[in-house]
Amino acid sequence: MLVTFAQAVGDAMKEEMRRDDRILVFGEDIAEFGNIFGITRGMLEEFGPKRVRNTPISEMAFIGAAMGAAETGLRPCVELMYADFSLVAFAEIYHCIAKWRYMHGPEYKLPLVIRSAMGSSFGATGEHSNCLESLYMHSPGLLVASPSNAYDAKGLLKEAIRNDNPVMFFEHKQLYKTKGEVPEEEYTIPFGVADIKREGSDVTVIAIGLMVGRALEAAEALAKEGVSVEVLDPRTLVPFDKEAVRRSVSKTHRAMVVEESNKTSGVGAEIAAMMQEEMYDELDGPVVRVAALDVPLPYNIELEKYAIPDAEQIAAAIRKML
Amino acid sequence: MFVLCKHSKKLKDLPGNLKIKQNSLSIGIIVASDYQHQKVFDKTIIRKRVEIKMTLLSKEQLINFYRKMNRIRAFENEAIELAKMNLTRAAIHTYNGQEAIAVGVCAHLKEGDYITSTHRGHGHCIAKGADLERMFAELMGRKTGYCKGKGGSMHIADLSIGMLGANGIVGGGIPIATGAAFALKYKQTDNVVVCFFGDGASNQGSFHEALNLASVKKLPVIFLCENNNWAISMNIGKSVNIENISERAAAYGIKGLTVDGNDIAQVYREFGNCLEEVRQGTGPVLLEMKTYRLSGHYFGDNENYRSKEEVISRRQECPITRLENLLIQEYGVLPDELKAIASEEKAMVLEASNKAKLAPEPQAEDLWNDLFAQDFENITWQPFVKS
Repeated sequence: MLVTFAQAVGDAMKEEMRRDDRILVFGEDIAEFGNIFGITRGMLEEFGPKRVRNTPISEMAFIGAAMGAAETGLRPCVELMYADFSLVAFAEIYHCIAKWRYMHGPEYKLPLVIRSAMGSSFGATGEHSNCLESLYMHSPGLLVASPSNAYDAKGLLKEAIRNDNPVMFFEHKQLYKTKGEVPEEEYTIPFGVADIKREGSDVTVIAIGLMVGRALEAAEALAKEGVSVEVLDPRTLVPFDKEAVRRSVSKTHRAMVVEESNKTSGVGAEIAAMMQEEMYDELDGPVVRVAALDVPLPYNIELEKYAIPDAEQIAAAIRKML
Repeated sequence: MFVLCKHSKKLKDLPGNLKIKQNSLSIGIIVASDYQHQKVFDKTIIRKRVEIKMTLLSKEQLINFYRKMNRIRAFENEAIELAKMNLTRAAIHTYNGQEAIAVGVCAHLKEGDYITSTHRGHGHCIAKGADLERMFAELMGRKTGYCKGKGGSMHIADLSIGMLGANGIVGGGIPIATGAAFALKYKQTDNVVVCFFGDGASNQGSFHEALNLASVKKLPVIFLCENNNWAISMNIGKSVNIENISERAAAYGIKGLTVDGNDIAQVYREFGNCLEEVRQGTGPVLLEMKTYRLSGHYFGDNENYRSKEEVISRRQECPITRLENLLIQEYGVLPDELKAIASEEKAMVLEASNKAKLAPEPQAEDLWNDLFAQDFENITWQPFVKS
């Protein structure tokens, strides 16, 4: 069936909650209001106020509380309205949630998911537009997912909820309304398994989140010029499917990483560094990074567009590689 | 004068009308009240009744307030029109229903005083004297806007008028206000900082940490909580376990006070009293002003979390309407005079908006401006530039 990304996320939570009553959701404006993007609409009615709870605007408290609840046997799937606000709770996530099991031992299971809307959305500007995956990749102990379509979002979120590790689950705001085919029957997608969104033989483009669609557009345009682009969506950044990347570049010998966040210290920096360390022999040239300019995202819509990679820019960068 | 002439008779009857509860846990909490206040906030517990210092308000002052409140309302209504025309981006959070607070508070401030603001900050900017055309230009992302088109509605700031900045992070401005107050004290001035924030922000760690810090350092800051009942969809009754946010002052050993934020005379009077003390160096105050967010959280909010009846009933307590009634009934101002003022303000606002519509868009090269101070930009390292 054809569903939006937003519906797919909501359905994943509902299906899991029907299966396991230890799963509960809480966060800001998720109960009656049903979340800013309508994702949790209907959940209060179905599961009641015991399992679907609004929290005050106290990110540090409710994210820390999710950890406490997870540590003592519940499986919270909490919502941080915008990824930008996760920084208010950064110490709880980066230090406590990420490191607890490692420092205290395997009996300290933290089966919790922190879902968060992220990314640019038509002038949301510097404090409501950030893609922060790389911050959380930097703290060992957290799993990080950044799906690019409805099917992946649903399968990965169900896996995230079932998983006994803490998961940062990023949902791009501009993807919420995009529709995708999702099967009626149940499925999950394991973490750490990349998906080839388009096969090609000349260049491997590793694209993340919203950028997957833009990379596919670029690939389509380049196909008309006789350039064959392979688009690889890692789907999860921790764990990262290195083998899928190796398989792809052993065929194309050229690679590019496309992300929406700022270039400096971004996801692309990590992937490019890993590739030159571990698969240098496969590469015919340097790994190219296409990312946002190193500025806070501006409010003006044209400036915002300019600051973030689009299909045209990706295509131009690919042409330069050949 | 207002309460003074109008309610003097009723005030005499007060003890019979009000239930006065003593609560030993809430030392330092004073809920200023008069008869009208009680009608609006009938749940407010009066813990200790004190003599209210009466500030006489002249007709001219009240007319001036009326003018500014209408200016803010007209600005917000025009901002919505611009949003409908798709000339603005992201969310527009309007100040409708809270005008008495910004106007009554900023009327007391002098040169060198600072304010910090919130995502719902247009009213604070206008009351502090911000330029309407530059504000509109910012809302439309233009080069002549306050942030040169890089900030938008939630990020307007103007150092020249002491406006340190609105903020997109709830509670983000509270520590900043505390630091500004520290600087003022350090420089041995008698200036103050007014830190505007909402009921929602009072549940952030930043609120509690900043109040504690300011209290131990006795900093000249007034933490001004605009309790408008709703934090997006969350009612104040579900987000805090106390009647008045001001009760939290007790935890930090500072003065806490709750007043009717929809009554401009009370706002002006009570804020003035607090300000006088804070200027003298007695340390911070937590001043809660109860009001009501007449619009949705943002333009486009479906408001499925509150009833239309609730909004309609609270609209009757709109601070502009209340001031109108006061001026007509107690000061003999003719309704037509008020209508004329409102239209003048609307015309001024529209003129600013129309001028801003003609302002130029920023260019791609403007993206790099203002990222670092000049001397740093001159060194060899440069951030990534689009090729």
